[in-house]
Amino acid sequence: MNKTSYNVDKKGFYGPYGGAYIPEMLYPNIKELEEKYLGIIESESFRTEFHYLLRDYVGRPTPLYFAKRLSDRYGSNIFLKREDLNHTGAHKINNTVGQIILARHLGKHRIIAETGAGQHGVATATVCARAGLNCIVYMGALDVERQAPNVRKMQMLGAEVIPVHSGNKTLKDATNQAIRDWINNPVDTHYIIGSVVGPHPYPDMVTRFQSVISEEMKVQLTEKTGRDYPDVIMACVGGGSNAAGAYYHYLHNEQVRLLSVEAAGKGVDSGESAATSTLGSDGIIHGSRTLLMQDVDGQITEPYSISAGLDYPGVGPIHAWLKMSGRAEIINVTDDEALHAAYLLSKLEGIIPALETAHAVAALDHVKPDPEQNIVINLSGRGDKDMEAYTENLPNKI
Amino acid sequence: MNRIDQLFRRKNNRILSVYMTAGYPRIGDTVEIIKALESSGVDMIEIGIPFSDPLADGEVIQKSSQQALENGMSLKLLFSQLKGIRSFVNTPLVLMGYLNPVLAYGFRKFIEDAVRVGIDGLILPDLPLEIYRESFREDLEDSGMKYIMLITPQTSENRIREIVGNSGGFLYMVADSATTGARNEITGAQVEYFRRVGAMKLHIPRLIGFGISNAETFNRASSFANGAIIGSAFISALGDEKKQPIADKVEEFVASIIQHP
Ligand SMILES: Cc1ncc(COP(=O)(O)O)c(C=O)c1O
Repeated sequence: MNKTSYNVDKKGFYGPYGGAYIPEMLYPNIKELEEKYLGIIESESFRTEFHYLLRDYVGRPTPLYFAKRLSDRYGSNIFLKREDLNHTGAHKINNTVGQIILARHLGKHRIIAETGAGQHGVATATVCARAGLNCIVYMGALDVERQAPNVRKMQMLGAEVIPVHSGNKTLKDATNQAIRDWINNPVDTHYIIGSVVGPHPYPDMVTRFQSVISEEMKVQLTEKTGRDYPDVIMACVGGGSNAAGAYYHYLHNEQVRLLSVEAAGKGVDSGESAATSTLGSDGIIHGSRTLLMQDVDGQITEPYSISAGLDYPGVGPIHAWLKMSGRAEIINVTDDEALHAAYLLSKLEGIIPALETAHAVAALDHVKPDPEQNIVINLSGRGDKDMEAYTENLPNKI
Repeated sequence: MNRIDQLFRRKNNRILSVYMTAGYPRIGDTVEIIKALESSGVDMIEIGIPFSDPLADGEVIQKSSQQALENGMSLKLLFSQLKGIRSFVNTPLVLMGYLNPVLAYGFRKFIEDAVRVGIDGLILPDLPLEIYRESFREDLEDSGMKYIMLITPQTSENRIREIVGNSGGFLYMVADSATTGARNEITGAQVEYFRRVGAMKLHIPRLIGFGISNAETFNRASSFANGAIIGSAFISALGDEKKQPIADKVEEFVASIIQHP
C-alpha cells in the first residue's frame, strides 16, 4: 500500500482538496504561475537571494527558545519557535520575501495583497518598499479599525490601504476584493496571497516559502535535544501558513504529533466562531476546494474571532487533508482562553504574543503534556498590534 | 431541440440576452421579470443564482446577490418558483451561478431539477474547463442542457478552440479583462479582440457580455458577434427608486436597448 502523501500532487490537489476553481479571467495568471513557480524558486539565483534576504533582512534563523517557566508549569519541555522576532513581527514575511522575488522574475510591477490582522499587509508593504514596487492592500473595514497600528505602518511604508465594506468587512471580503482587482489587472499585477489558501499553486508555493521554519527546527532541535524532531508541534491556523511551515519537514514523520489550533471565538457552538475544521464542510472558497463554514445552501457564513488573523471561514487545502486523513488533530480555543494565555506567556516568559499566536499557547491546556516530551509551539507573531485588545480585556475582566 | 440551438437557428444577429439575479429586487419578482423580459422581446434570459462571495462580479451584482440572499433566495426556492414556467414562457433560460451552492445542492440533483423546470443551459464561471471535463461533463451532456463557457481577451487561440470543443449553446465572450459592471464605451483594444475571435471562424455562435449597458454598446457589440448580454445595467434599472410596477421597469429598459440600430 502506498503511504499517504501530504504534499500537493501534479494536478494541484491534496487528496480531494485544493485545485484551481477559478473563473476564466484568472486562467492566464494562474497558468503562468503554475508553469513557472517551481522553476523559479528552485533556481540557484532565486535561492541565493531568498536565503540572503531571510538572513540579513528578516533576521533568520529565528531562535528556538526553551521556555523554562512555561515548561515547569505544564510539566513538559516546551520550545518556542520565535517567528515573532522576524522583521515586521510575524512569520508572514517569509512568504512575502519569496513572492516579491518571484514577482520580479515574472516581470510584474504592481503588487496587491489582502490582509486580516495587518501582519501580511505590513510584510507585503515592507518588501514592496524595498523593491520599489507599487503596493495596494485590501483590508476589511472592521479590521482597519481593530488593527489600526498596522494600517499606519502600511501607509508609512508607502502602501495604499483600501478598506473593504462588503460582507462581514473582514479577511474573507478583503480576499474577494483582491481577487477582483487581479481580474481587472491581469497583465501587470502579481497577487501576493498571505496564507496557504487560494487556487493552486498558491497553497504549495506559500507552504514552501514558510517551510524554512521547520527546516531550521530540525537543526535547532538536534542541537538542543539530540534528535531532529519533536514529539508535538502546535500552531494556530487561520489560513494555515505558519502551521504548514512548522509542519512541512515533519509531514511524513508520523512520530511527530501535529496539533492545529483554531479560533473558537465565543465557543464552537455559540454561532460566533471561526473553528473552520470543526464546523466546516466540503466546498469551494477563493478558488480552492477545502473545508469551509457554510450554510445548507452553500452560502459562505461569516466567521468570528477576536483575532483578525484567524477570522477566516476556510482553511488551506493542505489542512483540510491533514485533518481528514487523520494526520493532524484539531484543537479549538476561545477568545477568553487566548487572552489568558497571552497574559500567561507575558508574565512567565516576558513575551507578548500576537492574539493569533496566543491561541496556540492556550492549547497547552487542552493536551496532556508528558514530562518526557518535547513540544514546539510555533510563536507566529508578536503582540504589538494587539495592545488595544489586551488592555481592553484585562485578565480580571475576562 | 434545445431552445438555445433553436434560437440561433432562427436568428443570428442582434441577439439580446439579459441577466437577472433570482430573488431581486423582491423575492417574488423572479417569474414576473422573466415574463416581462419575454414580452419585451428579449431573446434569452440568464437567471443568476445568488452567492455570498461572487468573485467575478462588480458592485452592482454583488449587491443584488446580497439583497436576494437577504430576501431568502436559495436554489430550492428558485426551482419551486420556476416550476411550471414552461407552460407560458418559451424563451431559452440559462442558469448562471458559482459552483459552491450547486455542489451544496448536489450536482446531479441540480441537473435533474434544472432540466425538470425547463432550463436550457448552464454557466458556472468558477468551474474551469479542466475540472469540468474530468468530473462534470458527462452528467451535463446526458441531461441535454448546454454548458456555456467564457473566454476573455487574454484567452489564447488554442484554449478558445479547446473551450469551444467542450461547450455548447454559444461562446460567452467576456468583453474586457474585468469583473461585471456597466461601462459606456467599447475601446479599440476590445474591437481588436472581437475581430480576432471573429476571424477564427468558430462553429458556435458568439455573444459579448460584461460592460454592455445601453443601445450604443449593444449595437456596437452586436456588430462583432451574434449579439450581446446585459447584466449590471439591467439590475441597476430594476433597483432604482421609481415607484413603478416591475414589469414596466423591465419593458422600459429593454425598449431603450432595442431601438432601431
Ligand atoms: C501572528 C499571526 N499568526 C497567525 C496568523 C494566521 O495566519 P496563518 O494561519 O496563515 O499562519 C496571522 C495572520 O494574520 C498572524 O498575523
